[in-house]
Amino acid sequence: MSTVAAVKDNREKMLDRAMSRHQYSGDALIEVLHTAQELYGFLSRPLLKTIAHKLRLPPSRVLGVATFYHFFSLKPKGEHTFVVCLGTACYVAGGLGLIGKLERRCAKAGQTTPDGKVSVETARCIGSCGLAPAVIYDGTVMARVTPETLDAELNKIGVK
Amino acid sequence: MTTEELAAKQEEEVARQAKLKNRILCCTAAGCISCGADNVRQALTAEIAKQGKASEVEVCGTGCMGMCGRGPLVLSSADRQLYGNLTAADAAPLLSQDPAEKKTLDAKAIDLNAPFFARQVKVVLANSGRVDPEKLNDYIAVGGYGSLAKALEDMTAKDVVEQVKKSGLRGRGGAGYPTGLKWELVARQVPTTKYVVCNADEGDPGAFMDRSVLEGDPHRVLEGMAIAGYAVGAKQGYIYVRGEYGLAIQRLQTAIKQAEREHLLGSRIFEQGNFQFRIDLRIGAGAFVCGEETALIASIEGKRGQPRQRPPYPPASGLWGAPTLINNVETYANIPTIIERGGDWFAGIGTPTSKGTKVFALAGKIANPGLIEVPMGMTLREILEMGGEIPNRKLKAAQTGGPSGGCIPQQLLDTPVDYESLAKIGSIMGSGGLIVMDETSCMVDVARFFMEFCMDESCGKCIPCRAGTIQMHDILERITAGDATEEDLETLKGLAQLLRETSLCGLGQTAPNPVVSTLKYFPEEYEAHIREKRCPAGHCQMTHEPEEVTA
Repeated sequence: MSTVAAVKDNREKMLDRAMSRHQYSGDALIEVLHTAQELYGFLSRPLLKTIAHKLRLPPSRVLGVATFYHFFSLKPKGEHTFVVCLGTACYVAGGLGLIGKLERRCAKAGQTTPDGKVSVETARCIGSCGLAPAVIYDGTVMARVTPETLDAELNKIGVK
Repeated sequence: MTTEELAAKQEEEVARQAKLKNRILCCTAAGCISCGADNVRQALTAEIAKQGKASEVEVCGTGCMGMCGRGPLVLSSADRQLYGNLTAADAAPLLSQDPAEKKTLDAKAIDLNAPFFARQVKVVLANSGRVDPEKLNDYIAVGGYGSLAKALEDMTAKDVVEQVKKSGLRGRGGAGYPTGLKWELVARQVPTTKYVVCNADEGDPGAFMDRSVLEGDPHRVLEGMAIAGYAVGAKQGYIYVRGEYGLAIQRLQTAIKQAEREHLLGSRIFEQGNFQFRIDLRIGAGAFVCGEETALIASIEGKRGQPRQRPPYPPASGLWGAPTLINNVETYANIPTIIERGGDWFAGIGTPTSKGTKVFALAGKIANPGLIEVPMGMTLREILEMGGEIPNRKLKAAQTGGPSGGCIPQQLLDTPVDYESLAKIGSIMGSGGLIVMDETSCMVDVARFFMEFCMDESCGKCIPCRAGTIQMHDILERITAGDATEEDLETLKGLAQLLRETSLCGLGQTAPNPVVSTLKYFPEEYEAHIREKRCPAGHCQMTHEPEEVTA
């Protein structure tokens, strides 16, 4: 068996374990979706269908919940992700300029570059207002970001 | 752990800490970590080992110390000296005994007598920056879980509710409903399955109080919830925490595990069979509306977070139809101190109608963004002074209450901060975000920003909010682009009233607040945009050329 397939099998098992921990209860849908997104990176339609089936919920309810919450992504994410905070503090400190920079060099907010390298996202306040404007770059919060620091990071990962 | 063992543990830990020559406290809240606090902490630990002082000097990670704009922060407890903007290279001089070498750090020293620190009264944040949030013993050393022990051993459930009523504590989530009354409502329900829920879905942009409390002192919130469980007769608690708050989630999980292991939570609290209380986490998935209590309940039940009509209120019918007590993080964090020192003590702080303290998150155009806790009734001006002015910039407005709040102009800054006074000037206390704006911020654009937020976050269940926020946003977009007419302004006012009166939940009812307050206090800015096609702050990009103003 190839390693890719082995990893895949393992993910299915882990998702199943998460569901059985909640006794396959429909109430645990959001927890299960969290786990699924952690394992697969995003929620594909077939994956949502499987979850609906296992939790004995109508697929419409699962899709409804998955699309209602901003946290869940139905599209695959890029290799790197920039989340620009646009909370009030970051907004008045120049968060829009950062989005502008990323949109010029990578992709529009909410989208991924065609080569799958960078995803650009926005957030409604990440609670790091003391560090405004803030950007979460691959899970790490960058403080007092300027368009120039973004340029430097983008150059490092080889974005043209 | 029994209550006797808890007392013994406290004594033992206090004695151990007293024996140390110094405790170096490193702020490891999310803010300081993203400025490199981990490196500083490692460098300090390595330096102590190098000097062979590991037995007498301890490095300890703590919660938020407040001055987030100067991170990473480190406090040397022996000489009560706080340092900011540290790097790993500063570890050696910081630990040095040589005064000359220590002097090199003078530029990074922060004066603890500055108004930022001196004007604070700490109840909720008493341990934040003092204890290691990942060590249960640290919390026990400062009297942690003593209030739970006191409640269980010396007080009836009724006594606990009585003390909370006496304290005059009001909900810190924003609306300010008297906490004691809410507890009584739930306690009075027939004995059945009941739930205690902690609302940690801090969604207001510009607010990070709850995150800091959870990161800095998670056990305090757990203890407050357990006391609430005892008072209202619930065995199960849930903390609904934002998915964005990774560090807070991680520390809560650790804290719950530690407390369960030591029988401070779980089925045999203090190793007795008479009270059991479990706490589980529910991770939010990014929906602002879930801060509304009925939407939060729907979300815990695994559904879309849409609010429903009230009444029935959650104390009568909440989670899975059972009586449910929902309070905010900061409200629960006040409880252990109220039980420890009594409701009367707490009622001695603050104003006649707003008791106790309030934590504020200072952000925006201010020299020292960060976290402060002040007694209720302090004026906004005094609070903003604590944040420090930015030289050469003129303060224009302070914004409280996030998207449900209002912009308070400069001339009203002497308003005392309490629930009633803020409501009177068209804002709300909210959860405690306080954002300072200077003359480069355009008030119309700020109103547009908040309306865009509400438009995006509207759950879509009721029409006034779903369609109204879009219409209002549309008009505000036109105003900021210089395309609006006087008629638009009238429509905007009409829509504001419509949303207030007919929306289903708080999100829609309060969505017009930023518009209404900016219209009231900064009408000239709206007029300049509409009549002169000009943005006085120079922020908005106008599609039309500004008209020549003829005399």
